[in-house]
Amino acid sequence: MKRLMTCIECPQGCRLEVEADGTRLISVTGYKCKRGQAYARQETEAPSRTLTTSVLTRGLELKMLPVRTSKPIPREKLFAAMEAVKRIVVTSPVKAGSVIAPDFLGLGVDLVACRRLEKA
Amino acid sequence: MKERQLVIVGGGPAGMAAALAARGAGVSDVLLLERDQHLGGILNQCIHPGFGLHHFKEELTGPEYADRFAARVRGDAGIEVSLRSFAVRLTPDRRVSFLRPGALEEVKAGAVILATGCRERTREMIPIPGSRPAGVYPAGLAQKMVNMEGWIPGREAVVVGSGDIGLIMARRMALEGVKVKAVIEIQKTSRGLVRNVVQCLEDFGIPLYLGHKVARITGRDRVEGVDVVKVDERFAEVPGSAFSLACDTVLVSVGLIPENELLEMAGGEIDRRTNAPVAPEVNLTSVPGVFACGNACKVYDLADWVTRDSELAGRLAAEYLGVSPA
Repeated sequence: MKRLMTCIECPQGCRLEVEADGTRLISVTGYKCKRGQAYARQETEAPSRTLTTSVLTRGLELKMLPVRTSKPIPREKLFAAMEAVKRIVVTSPVKAGSVIAPDFLGLGVDLVACRRLEKA
Repeated sequence: MKERQLVIVGGGPAGMAAALAARGAGVSDVLLLERDQHLGGILNQCIHPGFGLHHFKEELTGPEYADRFAARVRGDAGIEVSLRSFAVRLTPDRRVSFLRPGALEEVKAGAVILATGCRERTREMIPIPGSRPAGVYPAGLAQKMVNMEGWIPGREAVVVGSGDIGLIMARRMALEGVKVKAVIEIQKTSRGLVRNVVQCLEDFGIPLYLGHKVARITGRDRVEGVDVVKVDERFAEVPGSAFSLACDTVLVSVGLIPENELLEMAGGEIDRRTNAPVAPEVNLTSVPGVFACGNACKVYDLADWVTRDSELAGRLAAEYLGVSPA
């Protein structure tokens, strides 16, 4: 089955024409870089997204700390991940890249800080 | 009065890039004024990924992108960062007055770079008819509330305008458990990046109504809903096409306006339509020794291009000051 897809790897937003048999990729055209080709495969086999959100802090200079998953997670896990994020409170100073929750939800990715935050 | 070689107003991506580039081009004394308590500007609330693909060749979130520049700015002894400092006046001979906690200061600058960014266009500027209830927010304000303050503005939302901020906020609200009923766009195509239509709307099953407008906001004390109507090529309402959506929140994402009051005070020429400086080239203004960069100069869709052009502004200021790299 052929389907049209828009690559979301970068702001160029290449239009991809993807031929797939269920979740098996057969061919892809229309990409301008390797990332587009890889995106078509990933999106066909198992769509995944990087989650970015904010978590509460206590005793730090900002009320919320922006965080992200270190790698994309399965798209259908986004809401479960948001639930888990709401239970986290960060109380120690962090740097960009500091791990907030290792092996987040057992998905093999870490939840990491996106900025430096010092004590208030 | 204190004299400073270069004064930069605004510590967002534009101001930070200009400061670092000016230093690299031989400027030895930079005063960087930032009204917030942190460097980074609007990037601090743009917690989504999509930054840095060009400048750093990797995908970063807004705070990560800002953090890299802020670390370099803090580590540069030739840049004095003055936080919680709000510039209130600029004269044609480049005297800058600013408020900081407990003091009003005035400095004489050899050159000035205005990196003051944009404000959001509001509901009153489109305009959207109807009542004036609580629950109508510019999308960028809602972004700051959700991402930095942890306040969720409502339970059921409609987004007006399909600019990138609106699309990104539709996803953000959906992730936070808000029911996002629709994004309404008067044009025939989305104003935002295609990737944002895919990953912000399609991923979450949020309908995008192209060629539609909000005819009316209803509700007495709080928003109760919006009336939506289809428009034709001349943006006239199509009879019989109206429908209502119940919601308690409306996010308005209908563009940005460069913030150029300081330039105006200094007698600089400003385009009345766009509020951008009138100049033959990017980063220039009609006032000698006063430069404008980033969103204050023109509205950018990528922070990476703000960085690139603002670095040029830093070099232009160095050239104006007649300095060269050590």
